[in-house]
Amino acid sequence: MPAITHAPVMRVLEREWVVWRRLWRGSVFSYVVAPVLYLAAMGLGLGDLVQKGTGDVAGVSYLDFVTPGLMAASAVMMAAGESLWPVMAGVKWMGTYHAAVSTPIESDDVYIGTLLWTGVRTLLSATIFLAIAAVLGGVPSLWGVAAIPAAVLGALAISAPMVAWAVTQESDGPFAVVMRIVVFPLFLFSGTFFPVSRLPDAIEWIAFLSPLWHAVELCRGATTGGAAGANTLGAVVLHVVVLGTWIAVGVYFGVRTFRRVLTQ
Amino acid sequence: MTAVATPRRPARATVLARLVPGGVGRGSWRVVERNGVAYSRQWYVFLTGFLEPALYLLSIGIGVGGLVGKIPVGGGQSVSYKEFVAPGLMAAAAMNGAVLDTTFNFFLKFKYAHTFDAMLATPLRVADVAVGETTWALLRGALYSTVFLLTMLVFGLVESWWAILAIPGGLLIGFAFAGAGIMGTTFMRSWLDFDFVNLAIIPMFLFSAVFFPITQYPDVVATIVRLTPLYQGVVLERAFVLGDVSWILLVHAAYLFVMGAVCLRIATNRLAPLLQP
Repeated sequence: MPAITHAPVMRVLEREWVVWRRLWRGSVFSYVVAPVLYLAAMGLGLGDLVQKGTGDVAGVSYLDFVTPGLMAASAVMMAAGESLWPVMAGVKWMGTYHAAVSTPIESDDVYIGTLLWTGVRTLLSATIFLAIAAVLGGVPSLWGVAAIPAAVLGALAISAPMVAWAVTQESDGPFAVVMRIVVFPLFLFSGTFFPVSRLPDAIEWIAFLSPLWHAVELCRGATTGGAAGANTLGAVVLHVVVLGTWIAVGVYFGVRTFRRVLTQ
Repeated sequence: MTAVATPRRPARATVLARLVPGGVGRGSWRVVERNGVAYSRQWYVFLTGFLEPALYLLSIGIGVGGLVGKIPVGGGQSVSYKEFVAPGLMAAAAMNGAVLDTTFNFFLKFKYAHTFDAMLATPLRVADVAVGETTWALLRGALYSTVFLLTMLVFGLVESWWAILAIPGGLLIGFAFAGAGIMGTTFMRSWLDFDFVNLAIIPMFLFSAVFFPITQYPDVVATIVRLTPLYQGVVLERAFVLGDVSWILLVHAAYLFVMGAVCLRIATNRLAPLLQP
């Protein structure tokens, strides 16, 4: 990745920042209000039913179990949405990508800059989420801070391949389908709301491919201080390697698809 | 040949048509027809939507349900969590579908694609557009409700024949939220205002007895939840699917019907000056 060391990629990041600085108010709901609502409904409301039912899940209370799941899911889902329609806007609807490459900025810079921006936003949203969750009592361990980079890693792992693919599309028609048959099932079956071991074996393999599952396990290991989720060095390394692989594969294709589409 | 000889019958007034001022003829059906043709190119988007109920029921119903014990549903009865949550999810799906169609999609046609300006350049009137778009949202909703019910049947979650009524129940929920969606959209200035849509929908989705009974709330909160439109829909669908039917359901149904009718009327009145200044 030669682009990162050069300045042009920072110009791409700066452009996103300038736009966001004017529009950030719209994200207050998804950054602050939505986490409170989801944690209250799933962690406390549904959690109460679970405590009366099976009791603890995977050795921790349901609130402690679902909090890191929701944290990782919110980062990954937000990144997935940001990796489709805004990319179409950049390459077709508004043409900002073409505007960028008509300057000394190269197609690689546009791709890497887009990813970095997703990283920055996820860093912010995950930090806010963790703080709110801690206030609501869903983060029993100080190790929880390590869940922030885990959530960012998960967001990049889904964003890198999706952005690489989205830029090649002629219209946004397939996006709704991808959200429905790829992204949405990941949300429901990646160990967010219940352990994947409860799934039929045939479906369980989806979870092992899912970047979200690996991010959830890392976050869960962190916020519970190793009581659940990834709690051995081997497990942590494995999850990080899988997420890193998704990012690497995404970047490999992304650099190429962006070059093909933007330099014609 | 006979079709040519048949004299044109006067437009049939539907119940929906009487609710909006000016009277509505066949024009609204032209709007429905137009949407049908436009969407027929995206049939695969429709088709993937049919998977959604199965995914929800597998994940929340069976996955989460395995962690939760029996849920009391009144009258000393209790049911398994998957039986409890399935009709709730069905009601929520009817709401989400109607809102999506009448806010995001409606706004896109209204402000950007200028679809309505094009429609009004023909003999169609504003009321035709409002009623036509609502009818379209309802037809889609009916299709999805039917698929949802069939999926529940396959999962063994349907308790009685009353469950058939969950389809018109879903339609009523769709009508109420479609009316509210179109009315709300007439107040929207830009895409940024759509955060208000999420602000209204997500709390209702999470707290209107879809996922857990309102007996878990303090009294004040429970009373507030009882007043929300989605709660009416959840009560209705759950009663039908579990076969626990009583006259009180008419009150919930009336709430949804009046909400849809009033909103649609306001929407039509507001749309007229917006579309024909």
